[in-house]
Amino acid sequence: MNNACQTPKEEDIRPAAMTETFDPMRSPSGRTAMRWLPRGQSAVWLIGAFIVAAMVAAPIVAVAWIAFFPTENIWPHLASTMLPRYLKNTGILMLGVGIGVTLIGVSSAWVVTMCRLPGKRFFEWAMLLPMAVPAYIVAYVYTDLLEYAGPLQGMLRDIFGWQSAADYWFPDIRTKGGAIIVLSLTLYPYVYMLARAAFLSQSICAIEAARILGRSAWSSFLTVALPLARPAIVVGVVIALMETLNDFGTIDFFAVHTLTAGIFNVWLGMGNAGGAAQIALTMLAVVIALMVIERYSRRRQRFHDTTSRFQELPGYELTPLAKAGALAVCILPIVLGFVVPSLVLIYYSIGYFDQSWTADFFEFAGNSLLVSGLATLVAVGCAIFMAYALRLFPQPLLKFFVRLSSVGYAVPGAVLAIGVLIPFARFDNALDALMRDTFGVSTGLLLSGTVFALVFAYAVRFMAVSYGSIEAALGKVRPSMDDAARTLGASPWGTLKRIHFPMVRGGILAASVLVFVDGMKELPATLILRPFNFDTLATHVYQFAKDEMIEHAALGALTIVLVGVVPVIMLSRAISKSRPGHSGQS
Amino acid sequence: MISLRKTVFGLVVSAMGLSTLSAAHAAEEVNVYSLRQPFLIEPMFKRFTEETGIRVNTLFSQSGLVERIKHEGRNTPADLLLTVDIGRIQDAVDADIAQPIESPVLDANIPDQFRDENKLWVGMTTRARVLYTSLDRVEPDAITTYEELADPKWKGRICVRSAMHVYNIALIASMIAHHGEEETKTWLTAVKDNLARKPQGADTDQIEAVAQGVCDVAIGNSYYYGKMLDDPNKADAAKQVRIVFPNQGDRGTHVNISGVALMKHAPNKENAIKLVEFLSSAEAQHMYADINFEYPVKPGVAWSEQVRAWGTFVHDDLPLNTVAANRGAAIRLIDEVGFNE
Repeated sequence: MNNACQTPKEEDIRPAAMTETFDPMRSPSGRTAMRWLPRGQSAVWLIGAFIVAAMVAAPIVAVAWIAFFPTENIWPHLASTMLPRYLKNTGILMLGVGIGVTLIGVSSAWVVTMCRLPGKRFFEWAMLLPMAVPAYIVAYVYTDLLEYAGPLQGMLRDIFGWQSAADYWFPDIRTKGGAIIVLSLTLYPYVYMLARAAFLSQSICAIEAARILGRSAWSSFLTVALPLARPAIVVGVVIALMETLNDFGTIDFFAVHTLTAGIFNVWLGMGNAGGAAQIALTMLAVVIALMVIERYSRRRQRFHDTTSRFQELPGYELTPLAKAGALAVCILPIVLGFVVPSLVLIYYSIGYFDQSWTADFFEFAGNSLLVSGLATLVAVGCAIFMAYALRLFPQPLLKFFVRLSSVGYAVPGAVLAIGVLIPFARFDNALDALMRDTFGVSTGLLLSGTVFALVFAYAVRFMAVSYGSIEAALGKVRPSMDDAARTLGASPWGTLKRIHFPMVRGGILAASVLVFVDGMKELPATLILRPFNFDTLATHVYQFAKDEMIEHAALGALTIVLVGVVPVIMLSRAISKSRPGHSGQS
Repeated sequence: MISLRKTVFGLVVSAMGLSTLSAAHAAEEVNVYSLRQPFLIEPMFKRFTEETGIRVNTLFSQSGLVERIKHEGRNTPADLLLTVDIGRIQDAVDADIAQPIESPVLDANIPDQFRDENKLWVGMTTRARVLYTSLDRVEPDAITTYEELADPKWKGRICVRSAMHVYNIALIASMIAHHGEEETKTWLTAVKDNLARKPQGADTDQIEAVAQGVCDVAIGNSYYYGKMLDDPNKADAAKQVRIVFPNQGDRGTHVNISGVALMKHAPNKENAIKLVEFLSSAEAQHMYADINFEYPVKPGVAWSEQVRAWGTFVHDDLPLNTVAANRGAAIRLIDEVGFNE
């Protein structure tokens, strides 16, 4: 493979992936007619995708439905009081977290992928570790360390002889700045993971061409590698921002009054679920607008790889100074986002081990694994189905439904839980009424308040993560591959199985791990929708963490982290191996 | 059986034999949706099960339970809803998911002030919203009323959790009931100007902040103080403050309840009433007092030793329904004043 770049064929002369490729889906040829009126297996894909997308979108629709029935109109009051503050705080938080995750995620992905660094193999997976720690736990741990009674300030007081908080100034972590730091540290792995996968799958030829044509290393990164990875990076940043919007634990703990705080004030304080739903939908509209603008800005670009030639990545040699910088870029986020919180949790776990290591603990862990595992299967399965159906039939209506089904991520989990509650309860009660009328038997609530409802809620919540990764991966497969397979007689299913699955394995794995780890951390929807006497590790930790007694549940929190770490490592291995042309040994 | 039905396999089971469903209610049980953390109430439930053989199923969440019961409709498994304040229980009444509890036992055990006149809710315990002042920096009688929190001499010296928390909403609602909206708004603005820091944390944090010198006066519920004194890690901080019951010279200290409501479609109504009656009994009331440092609602039940040491106090007789009715006005004022920013 060493000389792959030296014998370019015509297609390689153009920058590899940004060309306007021929897209048969859009061709006005006679084949289009067949696509709009599918028969046989194709019909299953189209109709199935509509059903799946509609089911996943149902909770969003239910939230919209609640929004029509506010107990009073909240807007005049909000507009004249808190709304400007909510908007300002939300804007600052999103901007801060957006910049934070992009800087940390992209820079670490680049140096880990492209540069020769000591411990490179370690950083490849370790950069993902902070993802396994729930943000509100990181928030708690840092408050514990940095607050007045914490070890750091205590040490400073001992050294300088200060008597009380009035004697000195110390930065307060319970601020917008603190929230931005904590959320950036726990959310950057989404950007890192997707950016790294993108860098890995780029043909190095494009970058080397840029270098040969006189670009500096820095400039070729900015003008070639970064734009090529843009769709993946954007997906990562959007996920991080949606997660920022739906976060309530951290902002509540840090007393940052964002729109999400407003939702809960209106809902729980004023008892106005309809008004709360209206704010949630307004937030959604903003998210959708951002996504549309981003897509519009690259509407004429296609990002398929047009060459299948890959060689080993170069492993740039860095100057000592640059190497120190690169190492700092990798080490700091891991230490701050993972090592410190884990050490604190380990310390507490040891202190309270006897209280925590009980039979209940295993039950909670089992429940967490069960729900997260099932949700992963459902969310990834549905995402593959919808993404592939959309590839087969790029219809505007289907596209709309699919997009709608993946915006649930930006809605606070508790609000989405109400959205899940409504269709399930409606179905159960309708069935019950029917059975009572016809057979005189009550079926009660069959689905509401079951593990099934919980799994469904998780799948809906995390569909954006799952769908985003799979769509990004599938988008990289040239449509000509599909055409070739179909021309050679393969069915849509056969094409998916034999062509796409092997090619997007990395994306599917990424989606699975993201959903699983998010599931282990899921709290608000679990609290509202779970069956009786049913605790997951997250709900168990929460009932103590809420009153700042996390010591009592540190073992549970640590387990959430550890269980999340294993798939994260597996995933990173898989991403490394997913590089086309990978020899399996680098 | 009911737990079996509550699984993924419920569909299969019921399809195979609908007749088995009638057996689902054979086991004696009662289902509780709770806004209170489970570990605070489980000791009482455990005792109840020991004495009656009735199993208590619990579901804890701080939000969404009223909506869940409302949408589950006539098939809801919920028998009882447990809350930590009057506001949330009023939400349940407003959502029309409660039914009156008819029980001579409750009528005898619980004073009128802590029961709804339509019997749609009953209080189980009371908690006083008190002031905590620094032993070192504040004279014992320097502050004796809620009104004095507005005095400019406290500028930069007061700590409180978010005003949007139900405990503060109820306190502000009671101020509105006594002084009217106008005057309360002036008071609230002045209190905001006196804050040492942006409202944050829980009640315990405010007591710790006084101990640390961040502020001199904190507002908090009474039982948190008891819990801190009981916790070796927090007792030192608690020992640096004194507890002050405000307004002893006039209307008395504002109290709130932890309460319970019987659900309209409760499938185990009899067991539910038995549980509420048990919770109002001397035995359970004593446990509440002893474990959680709350005040029993049943007259004559001994307080915990700790709580007794704080002394007796006069509580505000304002009907809790009036407090609940003023919540909307309180929230409006909080937003208008921008208290939490």
